[in-house]
Order: sequence, then structure tokens, then C-alpha cells
Amino acid sequence: MNNNQVWVFIEQRDGKPADVSFELLSKGRKIANSLSGELKAILLGHNIQKLAEQTFLYGADEAIVYDDEALHHYLTLPYSRIISELVEKEKPRVMLYGATVIGRDLAPRVASYTKSGLTADCTDLQISNVNYLRKDYSDLLLQIRPAFGGNIVATIISPDVQTQMATVREGVMRMEKIDQPSPAKITNLEYKPDTIDSLVTLVEQFRQESKVNLKAAPIIVAGGYGMQTKENFALIQELANVLGGEVAGTRAAVDAGFIPSERQVGQTGVTVRPKLYIACGISGAIQHRAGMQEANKIIAINSDPDAPIFGVAHYGIIGDAMEIIPRFINVFKQKLR
Amino acid sequence: MSFNSIVMVKQVPDTANISGQVMKEDGTVNRAKLPAIFNHEDRASLELALQIKDRFGGKVTVITMGPPRASDILRECLYMGADEAYLISDRKFAGADTLATSYVLSEAIKFIGNYDFIFAGRQAIDGDTAQVGPQTAEKLRIPQVTYVEEIIDVSETSVKLKRKIDGGFEILESQLPCLVTVLKDALFPRPFKARRVMAYKNAKTLLELEKITEGNSLLYIDQLKDEYFNKGWYIHTLTMEDLKLDETRCGVHGSPTKVHKVESVVLAGGSHEMIPPSKEGLSKLIDHLMEDHILG
Repeated sequence: MNNNQVWVFIEQRDGKPADVSFELLSKGRKIANSLSGELKAILLGHNIQKLAEQTFLYGADEAIVYDDEALHHYLTLPYSRIISELVEKEKPRVMLYGATVIGRDLAPRVASYTKSGLTADCTDLQISNVNYLRKDYSDLLLQIRPAFGGNIVATIISPDVQTQMATVREGVMRMEKIDQPSPAKITNLEYKPDTIDSLVTLVEQFRQESKVNLKAAPIIVAGGYGMQTKENFALIQELANVLGGEVAGTRAAVDAGFIPSERQVGQTGVTVRPKLYIACGISGAIQHRAGMQEANKIIAINSDPDAPIFGVAHYGIIGDAMEIIPRFINVFKQKLR
Repeated sequence: MSFNSIVMVKQVPDTANISGQVMKEDGTVNRAKLPAIFNHEDRASLELALQIKDRFGGKVTVITMGPPRASDILRECLYMGADEAYLISDRKFAGADTLATSYVLSEAIKFIGNYDFIFAGRQAIDGDTAQVGPQTAEKLRIPQVTYVEEIIDVSETSVKLKRKIDGGFEILESQLPCLVTVLKDALFPRPFKARRVMAYKNAKTLLELEKITEGNSLLYIDQLKDEYFNKGWYIHTLTMEDLKLDETRCGVHGSPTKVHKVESVVLAGGSHEMIPPSKEGLSKLIDHLMEDHILG
């Protein structure tokens, strides 16, 4: 049996995939190449044959599909039971999930059943030989994530288990179509209900496609806890409006109620790569930098000259954001005239 | 109709307030120097359990796995209204990842038994993994409902809950028993009751009682334990042996994930251009960005 398989759980709603799933296929392709193994897409849902075909564009060698009306909506118990049994039987080497609400509900349950190692919210994944406690391991999955309030970056390994699992936030990995996709090889498996599957039922669901699309915004103006109040945060909005950009914030700003969580940039939010990122009153914890440091140009405005945000900035402005932002707006408006 | 709840709580380092002193020279974190706090989402989950008790009656038991000093948050649970508290503590639990932690907690829950609900916060701020809840539910072979904001209705055998999903919410109905993880914004935890603080500030774990007897040859631990138990001041203390656990599944041995490398965050720095905050400085910067077609 080929034990070097890499699996990616493909999350979908009404046949529409989560972006993160295809991002993980792209990363999974590279991991599978390093392991000389196959990349398999795992799909559960209803009427998802078309979606299964798309996975080959992003590098899948095979799609394993459970297509059944009973699986139309994600439910923890049937999904985790089916995937747990499949993992136990096929023993993939690596399995990846999006760190979405669904992925974070599903992955730990599967990891517990299969006694797999699971690392949440990785910001990078690599394959490498490792010497751990004087023992050599070949081709382990390095699961890299900031930890402890962002003061450290930890590399986690799961040396002694068959399946190494990880979740990754949306936008962290790049989605890339491949030049020469494998011919579609779709394996449809039959869903056989179990009594445990129906212990939880869906009564109703309300969902709105988010109008916020930070990932696609060319200009992002972001504020941190240093903006101090919600009123001051309105300045961020004003600057974004003038520049034609989107507003974002750090986790601290979200926690303080300055801005809704769907606009959080960073390890536990969205990862963005805009043309211009203006960071106002943001100290620059690594979790935040992980979500924005690949921006084309970064302007940092902060009164603390030692703030870590200056370490990733292209332009640094030391001073009070509450004074500098209105000045910036004025100067910019004059130039437009 | 009454319901018994077991609430899993955790004492966590206050990662939001890490100062320079906390970092060791090799870049690792000195946990002992960090203030320890009650994980916010766990407190919210206790609130939800207490609300069910207020409405329907029943018992609320809190458990935590942690070092002896984690008894601090158990006392806080008693101040809020919990009926009984368990400290699950053993040196052999050290270094546990989420899989090993969920094994110990699920066995402790089986030991306590007789529950309709298990509650926990969605995640703890020191790891942000959100894994222990679902992994505990799997080991107990019961349903889980995560990211819960509200309990809508409870019947003899089932519960209807509202949970957050990406881009909205959904309402699920789960059979009991069931494990629920709670979002902190959903609930405002009640303040401590003065009367309960007066009573339960004396509550002690076995380890704390042992310390008292060590310094006093006239006190016997079993007697003291009985005395505290009768007053309702005893915080149950369970070790690996008490729970008859499989050592290979506890602590570092039972943890498939290992920390291979820890690096302190080194900043590149110095590569950026300083812009004076004056009108002229900003004007030059904007010109520059316009020339590069980034602005305008």
C-alpha cells in the first residue's frame, strides 16, 4: 500500500467550494511531490460531481466522493464518521483541512478517532528529514505556526503517527492551477447510514455570502488597538474611502469591538496580499504580520519607533495616527484636484 | 425535568499581556512569570450551564486539568454558582497536547458520570486550537455542537441550539447527552456572589490541605478532608492513579504532536524608508505611490 498519500478535505456548500480547499490542493500537490505520493481530494455532499472534476485543475490525482442527499449539509457526525473510517482504512500520510468553522469542527473529531497528530492554524507546511530526540525520521511534515501571543514561532511535528493532520486558514497558501492536470479519476463511494449520524439534525440555516472581500482588495487600511477608540477607528474608514480601499483590523481591534471579525487580518483572520497596506496604530505581532507581510507596499504609522510593524514596512511614519491620517487625507485630496 | 452539566475550564497564561521579562534568553516563554487567568470562553460556557440550572434545576460540576495552582479558577467557578469542582492534576499529565488532554478529561467525565451536558469554551487563548472539545466528545462517543451562541430550547431528551457558521448561523437539534462549545461574545458571565465568595474562599484541593497538615502535627489529612467535604469546601482532586489511566496515553507520551523547534521572533527591520509626519513628507510619499500606480 502506498502510505505517502496526501489528502485534502474539500469543503463545499451547495456545490460551491471554499477557496481554502483549492489553496490546500495547491499546497498538497507540492507536499505529494516531495513525498512521491498521490494527492487525493475528499468530497462529501450532494450533486458534487462537477466540483470533484474541478479538483484536478489544482493538482488532485484522485477524487474520493460521497454523493448523497443525506450529506447535503455539513453535519459533524456523519462527516466525521465517514472520514474517520476512511482514514483508518487507507492511512494517508498527510491530511489537510481549512481552518474554517467546519474544518475546526471536523478535524479534531477525526484526529481523535484515528489518534492522529493535529496542528491548528498553520502558517507554513514543509516536508523535511528530522532528527528528534536522537532518532532520525525521514520526510516529516513540518507544521509551522506562531504561538504564545506571537512571541514565538513553533515548528510542530507528529513523528510517531501514521497520519499527520493540519488546518490552515484561508488565504495563507496560494491557489494555483496546474499546467497539466491528471485525467479525472473520480471514485464514488456509497454512503451507508449509521444510527449515530442522525443524533444531530439541522433545523434551519441562515447564511449570507460575505460582502467583504479583503483578499481581492488592492488597497487595505488597517487599524490596531493603538487606535484606542471606535470613534478614532472611523478615521481608518475615512482614509479607506478616500483611497478606494477596504478597512481591516488586528485581532486586538476586533476583540475591542472596533471592527467586525470578518475584517480581521492575521493568523486567525484573513491573509491578504494587496498592492498597498497601511497599518495604523498596529504594533505588529507576528500573528498579524503573518496575514499581511506579503503586501506589495506597506506603510506603517505608529508612535512607538520600536514597534515590530516597522520591521516589515516599506515606509515608516513615526507619530500619532490620529493626527497623521487626517493630514494624509488632506494632502491626497489636494493632489486629486 | 432537570439537567446535570459538567463544565471543562482551563487556567491560561494571559497571552495578551506578554512583556519582555517573560521571554527567556533562548526565545522560549517563561510560563511561571505570566499572570494566569480564567479562559474567557470557558467562563462563558459556565454561564450557559448555570442558566440551564436556573431554568430547569440540576447540578453544575466544573473540572480542570492543570497544575495545583489551577484551583484558583475552580474557586472562581464556585463563586459564580458551580456546585462541585474537580482538579485533575498529576505530574504525568505535563506536556499533554490536545489528544492526551482530551483522553484525561474524557476519563474524568466518565468517572464523575451522570451528565446531560458537557460544556467548554470554544478554545483557550494559549493555543487557540479549539480541539479539546470535539476530541473529548469523540472519546465519549457523544454528539458535539461547537461555536454555540445560544440555547434555544431544551426537552427531556434533546436540545436546540443556535451556532455560528461562516457567513451566518444555523439551528441544530441534538440528542442528549451532548457536548457544547461556547463563544465568549454570546454570554455575559455573572459576577461573583458575595455570599458565595465568603463561603468558598476556603475551598481547598487535597494538595492544599496536605500543605496545611505538613506544618501541623496535630492535623490528620483524612480528618481534615472529611471536615472540608462536609462543609462543601472540598475541591475533589484526582490523579492518574485515581482515574486508572493508561500512562502511555497521558502527558508527553500520549501526545502525537511534538514541538520540534521554537524560534523567538527576530525582526528583519531597518529596511524601510522613514517618512517625516509633516505635510511635506506625506506629500512626497503620496507622489511616490502615485508614480508607482499604487495610488490614484
